[in-house]
Amino acid sequence: MKLTLQIWRQNGPQDKGKIENYQVDATEEMSFLEMLDVLNQQLIEEKKDPVAFDHDCREGICGACSMVINGRPHGPQKATTTCQLHMRHFKDGDTIVIEPFRANAFPVVKDLVVDRSAFDRIIQSGGYISVNTGQAPDGNDIPIEKGISATAFDAAACIGCGACVAACPNASAMLFTSAKVSHLALLPQGAVEGERRAQSMVAQMDKEGFGFCSNTGACEIECPKEISISNIARLNRQYLKSSIASSEINE
Amino acid sequence: MKKLDPKVPEGRLADKWTDYKGTMNLVAPNNKRNIEVIVVGTGLAGASAAATLGELGYKVKVFTFHDSPRRAHSIAAQGGINAAKNYQNDGDSIYRLFYDTIKGGDYRSREANVHRLAEVSANIIDQCVAQGVPFAREYGGLLANRSFGGVQVSRTFYARGQTGQQLLIGAYQALSRQVATGQVELHTRHEMLDLVLEEGKARGIITRNLVTGEIERHAAHCVVLGTGGYGNVFYLSTNAMGCNVTAAWRAVKKGALMANPCYTQIHPTCIPVSGSYQSKLTLMSESLRNDGRVWVPKKKSDVEAIRNGSLKAKDIAEEDRDYYLERRYPAFGNLVPRDVASRAAKQACDSGHGVNKTGLAVFLDFASAIQRYGKSEAFKHGITDPDQETILKYGEQVVEQKYGNLFEMYEKITGDDPYKTPMKIYPAVHYTMGGLWVDYNLETNVPGLFAIGECNFSDHGANRLGASALMQGLADGYFVLPYTIGQFLSHEIRVPKLKNDSPAFLEAEKAVVERIDGIFAVNGNKSVESFHRELGLIMWEYCGMSRNAEGLKKAQKLIQDLRAEFHRDVFIPGDKNEYNPELEKALRVADFMELGEVMVLDALNREESAGGHFREEYQTAEGEAMRNDEDFTHVAAWEWNEESGPIRHVEELQFENVELKVRSYK
Repeated sequence: MKLTLQIWRQNGPQDKGKIENYQVDATEEMSFLEMLDVLNQQLIEEKKDPVAFDHDCREGICGACSMVINGRPHGPQKATTTCQLHMRHFKDGDTIVIEPFRANAFPVVKDLVVDRSAFDRIIQSGGYISVNTGQAPDGNDIPIEKGISATAFDAAACIGCGACVAACPNASAMLFTSAKVSHLALLPQGAVEGERRAQSMVAQMDKEGFGFCSNTGACEIECPKEISISNIARLNRQYLKSSIASSEINE
Repeated sequence: MKKLDPKVPEGRLADKWTDYKGTMNLVAPNNKRNIEVIVVGTGLAGASAAATLGELGYKVKVFTFHDSPRRAHSIAAQGGINAAKNYQNDGDSIYRLFYDTIKGGDYRSREANVHRLAEVSANIIDQCVAQGVPFAREYGGLLANRSFGGVQVSRTFYARGQTGQQLLIGAYQALSRQVATGQVELHTRHEMLDLVLEEGKARGIITRNLVTGEIERHAAHCVVLGTGGYGNVFYLSTNAMGCNVTAAWRAVKKGALMANPCYTQIHPTCIPVSGSYQSKLTLMSESLRNDGRVWVPKKKSDVEAIRNGSLKAKDIAEEDRDYYLERRYPAFGNLVPRDVASRAAKQACDSGHGVNKTGLAVFLDFASAIQRYGKSEAFKHGITDPDQETILKYGEQVVEQKYGNLFEMYEKITGDDPYKTPMKIYPAVHYTMGGLWVDYNLETNVPGLFAIGECNFSDHGANRLGASALMQGLADGYFVLPYTIGQFLSHEIRVPKLKNDSPAFLEAEKAVVERIDGIFAVNGNKSVESFHRELGLIMWEYCGMSRNAEGLKKAQKLIQDLRAEFHRDVFIPGDKNEYNPELEKALRVADFMELGEVMVLDALNREESAGGHFREEYQTAEGEAMRNDEDFTHVAAWEWNEESGPIRHVEELQFENVELKVRSYK
């Protein structure tokens, strides 16, 4: 199939950036990133600068790939990362617009590559259970109800790609943050410091410059791992409870 | 030839680790504060080691080429992690896990290291549960297990088909906690491009900031590499695109030894290659073989009809199917270890029974499992005489619960629905058992340089069993290295903070800059990618699933020619002082080419078939692998030598507790 690509080119965070047009030949079996590989080989052969994009595992789990395809983070397929998107979902003659994940908290590094280290800092602010190596009791000492464990898993399935932020009109990181808060708070091991965690992670999220959540639900629709916005509700409850219960909790 | 001392402690096998731990040198807390450790890599091994060293009070600097530590390729491991917990009461024990691992490795690993691995396996599960890893559970709330390729007990813990992801997130969170305390300094998008030695000891690294291109010097009292395997030397593999050998290879060029590089694991269940643009191969977890049955059509006419689309798999009669694993290996059936399953698939396809257009695919069929589960589930619902529709409904539900995400992944990539039609699979490069030579302390022959996880060679011998990579990565990082590193560091407490502007550092930095300038200066016409693909084809053809002396000699020549061409004709766009993925790739591919040569040399010198290394000259009449214990019960560790060519050193393997047997799964 013959495709026209309109790709965002930006040489570093200070550059203004612009859309450029490219023609590429693809086949149905290719993945979207393999189609971009073909384009890049073409550009290199012409001694031009290839399009920079983040990618690594190419099986939908590392969370590295991050692009907005025809206005949607990770493209048109439900529950699919860009690397798992295949060209059979496009047709000959299509024009495809490819842009980076856009958010103030995700500055562009180059072209489609953005800096998502703000997510790491949110995790560093409290997205863990405080246990040192060697301190753990036997794995079966604390039974966990299968359903609760499964719900925690659903939240823990987040791959940290940032599609939720890119999808949100406010560039809020609530889905990401709440998924971690939920994952840990649902488990008895993590519930112990649940309130402290909610407070500090929300504070860090705000500090990073992510917007507020206004419940549009766009994040849930675009999330390649189908993380539910019920996690946001759970975070809000945790946050509210801890705010009311003790104002000294973080001291 | 160097004498390689594995430094295995004295005593009974089962007591070695406990006794050793109890008597080894410690570093006092007040000294730990002043000791710096560099950890390269943030996969399971690197992240768990960095977190634990931070908790212990060392000053840690951790480096990853990714934008976040959470992206390391451990994240993609699907199936599970082994541990000798015996929660299922099926007769598992530390000894049995040890024995299975030794046998699975075809008697080419070090007894003491493997026993220690089995010992600490149980602690890993406890640690991960405490971190919030949501392992699969039973209705009673206790942890669930399943069995995994090559063993007869259920000792594998799993988290849906995303065990690696959940374990890595656990380690990443533990690491993040240390970053927040300032105990660990995190450097993302930094790639290690050289190792720095001072008076023979590893004292630092040279890195490139991948965003700005800046070359940096980082000093510490010692260096730990947890930089993964080298499977991408084959270009097509299940590894992530960025996986590379550069950190380990740079260590080799500074004197570390590369052990058993020819031991590569070809995973039997991957999605077959579909075209020449293919960038990587996707693994379908081995757990699928618990319920999937592998087969090819018996009749060539059926094969033809399948290939041209005039016949569907499900229309081939039962008696016209060859369930070749069940036929050849009745004791283990579809659950034979990976090397055996992969070779059998190759043989089925080589004899003309491959089921896709390229002839390189076999079926993995869930129809029987769906029937079996469907009937038993219907019975649970009080339906004693279910019709086909009911059976399929319930059966598919059970299969979905067990493998839903894998089936979904398969459908996304191939467009086929595995509930209705069998999967097509073919073996692909997956893991490398070879790696940097390390002693019992996980220290390489370069003092102060440690290697952990897939990056070292120590525990899997010639073949790794399923669900053992995660176990080894976390064992090394959480429970072994943090202790054994003290054996080196306890002698370094009087060494003040290392400076990064000594002549050794400046010289190493200069060499890196020259290497980068040199590669730009070529300014040829061919892309890095095209060289990498060519290298991959050579390696797969001559040093892949089966090897012979003639082919290996041919490969040597081909790689040398390709290397020469690379340094004559490679083209890298852009500039060195910017974000430049092509430059990153070029440096990695240059290292892969040198490694490739050593792999081929190792394969040529190992005149036997063992595990993942199958030499066509050494097989039984039935085509099974034939070891040569007399001459090859040893580790081959290669020293890089520019003048004389690579030099082969040997560590004899002592088996005091296990009798060497022909590895039979019949």
